[in-house]
Amino acid sequence: MIVAERKPFEKINGSVKGYKKVLILGCGTCVTVCMAGGKKEVEILASTLRLANQEAGVAMDIQEATIERQCDREFFDEVKEKIEWADVVLSMACGVGVQLCGELFCGKIVLPALDTKFYGVTEKQGVWSERCTGCGDCVLEFFGGVCPIARCSKSLLNGPCGGSQKGKCEVDPKNMDCGWQLIYDRMKSLGLLDRLEKNQPAKNWSSARDGGVRKTVREDVVL
Amino acid sequence: MSELKAGSRLEKIFAKGAFAVTAELGPPKCADGRVITTKAGFLKGTVDAVNITDNQTAIVRMSSIAAGVLAMREGLEPVIQITCRDRNRIAIQSDVLGAAALGIRNILCLTGDHQKFGNHPASRNVFDMDSIQLIDMLRCMRDEKKFQCGDEIKNSKNEPAVGPKLFIGGAENPFADPFEFRVIRLAKKVAAGVDFVQTQCVYDMERFEEWMKQVRNRGLHEKVSIMAGVTPLKSVGMAKYMRDSVAGLVVPDYYIDRLSKAADKAAEGIAICVEQIRRLREIPGVAGVHIMAIEWEQKIPEIVRLAGLVPRPAV
Repeated sequence: MIVAERKPFEKINGSVKGYKKVLILGCGTCVTVCMAGGKKEVEILASTLRLANQEAGVAMDIQEATIERQCDREFFDEVKEKIEWADVVLSMACGVGVQLCGELFCGKIVLPALDTKFYGVTEKQGVWSERCTGCGDCVLEFFGGVCPIARCSKSLLNGPCGGSQKGKCEVDPKNMDCGWQLIYDRMKSLGLLDRLEKNQPAKNWSSARDGGVRKTVREDVVL
Repeated sequence: MSELKAGSRLEKIFAKGAFAVTAELGPPKCADGRVITTKAGFLKGTVDAVNITDNQTAIVRMSSIAAGVLAMREGLEPVIQITCRDRNRIAIQSDVLGAAALGIRNILCLTGDHQKFGNHPASRNVFDMDSIQLIDMLRCMRDEKKFQCGDEIKNSKNEPAVGPKLFIGGAENPFADPFEFRVIRLAKKVAAGVDFVQTQCVYDMERFEEWMKQVRNRGLHEKVSIMAGVTPLKSVGMAKYMRDSVAGLVVPDYYIDRLSKAADKAAEGIAICVEQIRRLREIPGVAGVHIMAIEWEQKIPEIVRLAGLVPRPAV
């Protein structure tokens, strides 16, 4: 899923300052799972904002809504009227949803309430971590299913740097696992350690962001 | 003597079978080239070549190529460090051509310290390649006269291809984890075409000897010249800092005790370093020593002299 985190309240409050009608729009998919921008988080943000406005003597009308996905246009139909009503939409989707909302409702100001972080997993309740950077050319088959691009701080393809110690990465030895220790351990348990002895050539990054803005077209399903 | 790849002094020393001595010279954090002149003065005639670091610990310093040229003017042979942190393959190859044109013959390939540790933690890193791919790219530029993309290194169709003459170095850290992978990593560097490696500074001699055993078991010492790194400890504080705060470094308490008890800490630090060099020299497969005297370059002549490594052989 796409993992995001709500911006600090002060930042959000500052961004909607001066607007009279605010729609807080949640998203029911990834950001609901990572507890950043689902229905519940919309309610909390709305209440906090109302309270802050009350204390500051600010008149602001706040409405709440959450749609299934803000990355698919069809789901916006149900909130069309609310969006048109609002001076500003405070989207609690990832950056993708914020942008699509703006594309669909020209002239409407859409502001982000979240910081979009990464593609990741739920490690346990309240903890999410990165697994993929979307490089466009998956290399997991060579590394026992552990991605060196996403999980090594330097995206090294040929083994750990000198900063790997006791399974941790030098960038944050308390909280960050060394991706290469994970790869090594996995390959060892799979009995495939010898495969790590093969030199991996320099990666072709053109399928990643380095190749420019990406788009996928599937002619066979285009209507 | 077999045919030389670059003809650098360092390469000739290894070819001759002599025990090589290199040191580290950190370029200044300013535009004043006199810092290099001063440090070079300490090292001239004492070492075979001097490593010019490439913005080590991600702190902005004078470019390693520029500082290397300044060192050459002082009669020192530079080993230019190139990291993968700040430049992509286009910029690195361009710098390698420039360095070669300026007379630089030794290039040491590194991954590079993460920018988190430096003075620009908000910067973006590159890591287009890793150090092993960098070694392979340089070998290809030298031996096949080709750029990484496969194009020939030539200025125009009708001119001959001219590759840079390089003696290619790498680094190894036998003290990082996973330990069993460390020798594999060296093997990968050898396969990529590395000519010499310098190790992280050795304090834990037992672990280093164990690593060297693994190196010899794979016959790697016959394919690459291995230089053991040493760093003299200036004080107890420095020893503790190295032990506790530098990732991938092991400083046994034994040295800290010795320094604590010594009246003259600096002299004891140097004595320890000299002992280490003498011991490292006895290890089969160790072809030289690399002295990283951090902001203590003026002590290198004394260390080298006490270790019995001067005069340096003529080549």
